[in-house]
Amino acid sequence: MAEVVIFFVMAAVALGAAISMVIARNPVHSALLLVTVLIAIAVMFLLQDAQLLAAVQIIVYAGAIVVLFLFVIMLLGVDKSESMHDPVRAQRPIAIVLGVIALVEVLVLGGRQWATGVSKGPGLNDGTGGNVERVARSLFTTYLWPFEITAILLIVAVVGGVVLARRSGLSPEAEYELERDDDHTTPSGPDDSNAGSTEEVTAP
Amino acid sequence: MKLTDSYFLTFGAILFSIGAVGLLVRRNVLVMFMCVELMLNAVNLTFVTFAKSLDDIRGQAIVFFVLVVAAAEVAVGLAIIVAIFRRRRGGATADDIDLLRG
Repeated sequence: MAEVVIFFVMAAVALGAAISMVIARNPVHSALLLVTVLIAIAVMFLLQDAQLLAAVQIIVYAGAIVVLFLFVIMLLGVDKSESMHDPVRAQRPIAIVLGVIALVEVLVLGGRQWATGVSKGPGLNDGTGGNVERVARSLFTTYLWPFEITAILLIVAVVGGVVLARRSGLSPEAEYELERDDDHTTPSGPDDSNAGSTEEVTAP
Repeated sequence: MKLTDSYFLTFGAILFSIGAVGLLVRRNVLVMFMCVELMLNAVNLTFVTFAKSLDDIRGQAIVFFVLVVAAAEVAVGLAIIVAIFRRRRGGATADDIDLLRG
């Protein structure tokens, strides 16, 4: 009975926070509401016997990814002036209708069709040790090769992030002046060589 | 009253739809990214639910790979956003950056 109460409380919290996240005008509020949703989902992981994933969810998502979001928001300044002008007419109503249709489709199809249960892996309670040990055994034996590839993926992502976000070797003041000049001159102006130097970082 | 898998799966589907609608409705690139994270989390919850109902640990192992891909996506995506905002100081919404060259 306690599980049911916990589930419904967490579901209400998560749904309310998710809708508020989409509606919120201030990106900082959106990021904090995202943390709320993520923690509610971590509690649901606990309800589903996924203790390790609940911890990882909080550490990685709430601890790292949302902090990254907040850093970028702080770095760039909060931009509240999101225009309500629709380039495609009635884009927002259509988006909501499409979302509802997709939800109904998933619920109807998921309620009837099942394509699972083809093969059987190790169970949640097979072998010795707790949840951490069982997940680790699966990751480091069956999925060792994909696991190694994720290491490469992370390195590529880190290097790519550094290359994309770094400044182009100028001092910050010089670059700011240069960017401000770029805004006022035409593309055929004499500043083209300077503009090219900021572009060549991303070009290859 | 018993807590069945249907509750979790329905909740995951609703959360995914909220994320999808948010992605289509919002213009702020950062909020759009957060909506993508929301959708990935809904999928993670579905994976964990099936791991429990089918008694298969692989459902939990696969969530790790989703987490890694999400982290990589956020790192590269935010770097791109920072680069774009640095070039256009007036702020940039998704409508302003519809050309691939920025």
